[in-house]
Amino acid sequence: MAETTFESTPDLLLDHDRVEQGDLQTEELLVNMGPQHPSTHGVLRIVLRTDGEMVLEAEPHIGYLHRCAEKIGESVQPYQYIPYTDRMDYIAGMNNNQAFAIAIERLCGVEVPERAKRIRVIMAELNRIASHLVALGTYGLDMGAFTPFTWCFREREMILDLFEAACGARLTYSYITVGGVHDDLPDGWVERCEEFLDFFEPKIVDYNNLLSFNHIFVKRTATVGVITAEDALAFGLTGAALRATGVRWDLRKVTPYDGYEDYDFDIPIGQDGGIDGVPRGVVTGDCWSRYYVRILEMTQSVRIMRQALKRLEEGPIEAKKVKGIKLPADEVYVEIENPRGQLGFYVQGDGSAIPARVKARGPSFCNLAITSHTCRDILLADVPAIIGSLDVVLGEVDR
Amino acid sequence: MIPEDICNLIKARFPDAIEATVLDAARPYVQIKAESLVEVATFLRDDPSLRFNLLRSISSIDLLADNKLACAYDMMHVPTENRGDLLTTTRSFALRVVTDRDDPVIPSLAGVWRAADWHEREAFDLMGIRFSDHPDLRRILCPDDWVGHPLRKDYEFPLEYHGIPATTEYGLTNPRH
Repeated sequence: MAETTFESTPDLLLDHDRVEQGDLQTEELLVNMGPQHPSTHGVLRIVLRTDGEMVLEAEPHIGYLHRCAEKIGESVQPYQYIPYTDRMDYIAGMNNNQAFAIAIERLCGVEVPERAKRIRVIMAELNRIASHLVALGTYGLDMGAFTPFTWCFREREMILDLFEAACGARLTYSYITVGGVHDDLPDGWVERCEEFLDFFEPKIVDYNNLLSFNHIFVKRTATVGVITAEDALAFGLTGAALRATGVRWDLRKVTPYDGYEDYDFDIPIGQDGGIDGVPRGVVTGDCWSRYYVRILEMTQSVRIMRQALKRLEEGPIEAKKVKGIKLPADEVYVEIENPRGQLGFYVQGDGSAIPARVKARGPSFCNLAITSHTCRDILLADVPAIIGSLDVVLGEVDR
Repeated sequence: MIPEDICNLIKARFPDAIEATVLDAARPYVQIKAESLVEVATFLRDDPSLRFNLLRSISSIDLLADNKLACAYDMMHVPTENRGDLLTTTRSFALRVVTDRDDPVIPSLAGVWRAADWHEREAFDLMGIRFSDHPDLRRILCPDDWVGHPLRKDYEFPLEYHGIPATTEYGLTNPRH
């Protein structure tokens, strides 16, 4: 024993008996990521074909939360279906309510009062901020940063308090209904909301300092999972995932609804690093761009809300006679800009009060479809980075 | 560009493809023959004046009264030439293909828009429309061993699945039937 010293190790060459060949060889292995996994953001199973640290192929398996919400739409009246829409994308319930309500309004030719439109915009943008806060916080969590998550959820909690004051619910609001909104805003709500905006706007700088420009975070997300604009459109990507590829495309500007044409706001897009404070190494369409587009969008949402709060005037909040309205034998397809992308509803009426067909086009469903294309020949640790940057909500993927 | 112009472009290029047109409705569309779907879709995607590069949705429809199934395709043009400019113009269009209910086959558009892949799998899963030449036509939302296609109007809900009872005391009858 005493003879074994460090000096004797040079004799231990690779052809020595004690060295076993094959220790470092790898072989292909199928790995199930999920259905229960912290960074799949829900019940998502991804089958990975790996070779050591490399992922050669990734195939998402979805449907664990499938409830056939579209079938339910064919057996209830539209105003009864509103609560099912916010159970699809439970992070952005308001926006989902709004999409379905607008689809029915277009089908039946219902005119929404001015005040209801303003309240809808305020709620939709507030929910956009809340949704982006969840996206940013949990994305930090995926990348190993715990603190941003607690900070984001602290502010989100304030938004949920505002929602609770307006409609009584903290997650599944069913507040925006066909023809307007369900209840008027309580006394003092507008002031509370303005206070929140004053409090919240400087916090975005904090998120940037804490997470966005954190060196480790940038190293983990920049140049990872680059998606080109052409690929994004071919796969039907919308929302922040499409804007991160450099296409300045937002339905709030392109086909305005609920009076978005009245407001002054910008559409942020992803860009290469080196200018405008974007860290070096960032490439248009990578995970960091998708993350940062959401940060910039929160500032724009605050801008829109300030304008809407200022223009809020007294008036009716709901169109008359919308309950039990007969749907004409016609069809519409309406898309709005959800926090995750373009949420579409195809509704077909047949003269009765119950739709003949309701189809939801979920942005998460379409955005997730690009996973197997992007997660090819990458490192295993990049898979959560890519999935998290797409910001999918599995309740809406599976519907 | 209004839907009528798009319809005329299709008519000029593929005179036999169009079966019906609904142009003055809330959602104008053109109904085309299943066999010319792929070439019409490729034309809509590639024609320089149209360039429908974003397939928004494929909605499957059950036309029980006519004993037919249908697919509605919604598409949109997203300008990509002057990248970075604020885009405020667009055009959208919709196609419809009707197929036989007993043997529903529609050519796949997965080769035209990759987005069609999952949408068609969904339509296959929930409505039972088979898409010929689809790269990977499997169920997507329901389990692989599920029986039947839930969105069909005459679908009967199974009473048990792998020993799990599925009836409720409320009954599961659809008020429409």
